[in-house]
Amino acid sequence: MNYALFAEQFLNGIQLGMVLFLLAAGLTLIFGIMDLVNLAHGSLYMLGAYYAATFTEMTGSFVLGLVIAVPVMILSGIVLEIVAIRTLYRRDHLDHVLATFGLILFFRELVRIFWGSAGRSIPLPDYLSGAVALPLGIDYPVYRLLIIVLGLAVALGLYLLVQRTRIGMLIRAGASNREMAGALGVNIPLLYTLIFGIGAGLAGFSGMIIAPLTAANIGMGDTVLIQALVVIVIGGIGSIRGAFVSSLLIGLIDTLGRSFLDDLMALFLPVNAAEAAGPALSSMLIYILMAAILFFRPQGLFPPKGAKA
Amino acid sequence: MSATITLARIVAALVLALCGVMPYLAPAVGEPFLIGLFARSMIWGIAALSLNLILGYGGMVSFGHAVYLGVASYTIGIFAFHGVTDAWIQWPVALGISAFVAFIFGAISLRTRGVYFIMITLALSQMFYYLARSAEMYGSDDGLTISRRSDLGISWLNLNNRVTLYYVIFVCLLLSLFILWRIVNSRFGMVIRGIKSNETRMEGIGIATYRYKLAAFVIAGTMCGLAGILEANFEKFVSPDTLNWPRSGEMIFMIVLGGMGSLFGPVIGAVVYWLLQDVLSDITEYWQIIFGPLLILIVLFARGGIVGVLNGKRRDA
Repeated sequence: MNYALFAEQFLNGIQLGMVLFLLAAGLTLIFGIMDLVNLAHGSLYMLGAYYAATFTEMTGSFVLGLVIAVPVMILSGIVLEIVAIRTLYRRDHLDHVLATFGLILFFRELVRIFWGSAGRSIPLPDYLSGAVALPLGIDYPVYRLLIIVLGLAVALGLYLLVQRTRIGMLIRAGASNREMAGALGVNIPLLYTLIFGIGAGLAGFSGMIIAPLTAANIGMGDTVLIQALVVIVIGGIGSIRGAFVSSLLIGLIDTLGRSFLDDLMALFLPVNAAEAAGPALSSMLIYILMAAILFFRPQGLFPPKGAKA
Repeated sequence: MSATITLARIVAALVLALCGVMPYLAPAVGEPFLIGLFARSMIWGIAALSLNLILGYGGMVSFGHAVYLGVASYTIGIFAFHGVTDAWIQWPVALGISAFVAFIFGAISLRTRGVYFIMITLALSQMFYYLARSAEMYGSDDGLTISRRSDLGISWLNLNNRVTLYYVIFVCLLLSLFILWRIVNSRFGMVIRGIKSNETRMEGIGIATYRYKLAAFVIAGTMCGLAGILEANFEKFVSPDTLNWPRSGEMIFMIVLGGMGSLFGPVIGAVVYWLLQDVLSDITEYWQIIFGPLLILIVLFARGGIVGVLNGKRRDA
């Protein structure tokens, strides 16, 4: 196990953690405030990636493509909330799960109709496609580093939005007592629409920034949705802080597990046994971790104050 | 269960009768593909029935039910891969593994409630999806082709005969329906339904609800394993996709389509699901664009599903 490789994989883990955080933050915000289980969150992630692909093609610039794609994504989320999601608030969790599963089928097919079954790759501009030399002699792709920076920036922005602005105050008020907030004159339906739009924007944005690495493809939301669910279950559903910490945890464990678990196991197992079991075990690692954490703390690591679950 | 004749029961009897005569009816009406369609419907019907025990009767929204079907299918496939086709070895082991997985998953997930439960069953089942994908010896992503069907060792029960296989599936369906009917109307079933209505109160009257829920979970997982055994013999193929979570979603779809918490609902739902898929995919390649919104409409306006509509109830109890 050499040092530079470890550092690189460590950064990859953080980068995955950032993408997961963007997704999980929206998911946990929507659940924490609206009590809505949104399985279609992965579809929004996918939709974001395809938007980025299309607008990049149209404008010829990835950055410009993102600038257009983000507001379009938020708008799509708002429309979705008004058309389909709004009626679900009064229903139970099973209804949420079923209806949003219906949305998954819908979006998957919609993407196939508009963009076809083949994936769409997004070329990166030259200034983003090289590697950058970090201290201690590590070369790391510029774009992956940018994802980490963007993730941190969004995390900070979200923190400021929730803690320091008037909208954030309303969000917190709606989360802790929606009837009381409504009675005091807060327009709760509008607030919910807005939050769903923010959540959709975050999910779409994470899909957009991952698309140059993986290409936009139809199955991309399915896998990452489950990982995001693991993140918010471990972090404590409804807690953005918990989502941040557990995103990094999951990102690191998943990435480092995939790279180094077979080497690690080879220390005390025969090499071929370790090579056979390593990949299987490493892909199960985050689920085993989740099961273990839930066994000791069914509420997750950072349950929000006054959590009902 | 009283013996009154309702519209829903007539339809249920009709669907079962159709299942029973399809190998002879389908060639007669010139649509032989219906045999396969009904065989698949019955297999998924068994799976949906088993899920209905915990979901419809017990109120446990398990979103990882396809995993029990998948591990049983893989067990059959792996046995066949190593040359073991004796059903008397294959089948009990497959059922045992499904039961064991259900026990472990249930023991972990039933410690939690509500939305955590949904997410945990979802996440746990994904574990096996990734396990199947990384099993290079057994085909990993490409799936595992099962070269030989299970051998029951009885000359008149050769599963390679299409009609025989069909009727084995049919008998398994009837058996599952009978078992479920007995369970739901037993003391055990009363407790499970009571837990759905009010778990705190059930605890209050001195019932260890966790154990009952876990037992129901294991029964459901085992019955779903039966569907997995049949699926492996029917398709002669199993892939990681069988275990993936959208399969579990489709299973819930079938239940809700037919009627949650009704005995025959899931079977009706499974038959209608596959028929509808067949009809819609003739009309458009993109049939899921109709299926998705259909599911949403059922959830919003017809929670009782087909059985509920037939009984004239909008929200089934």
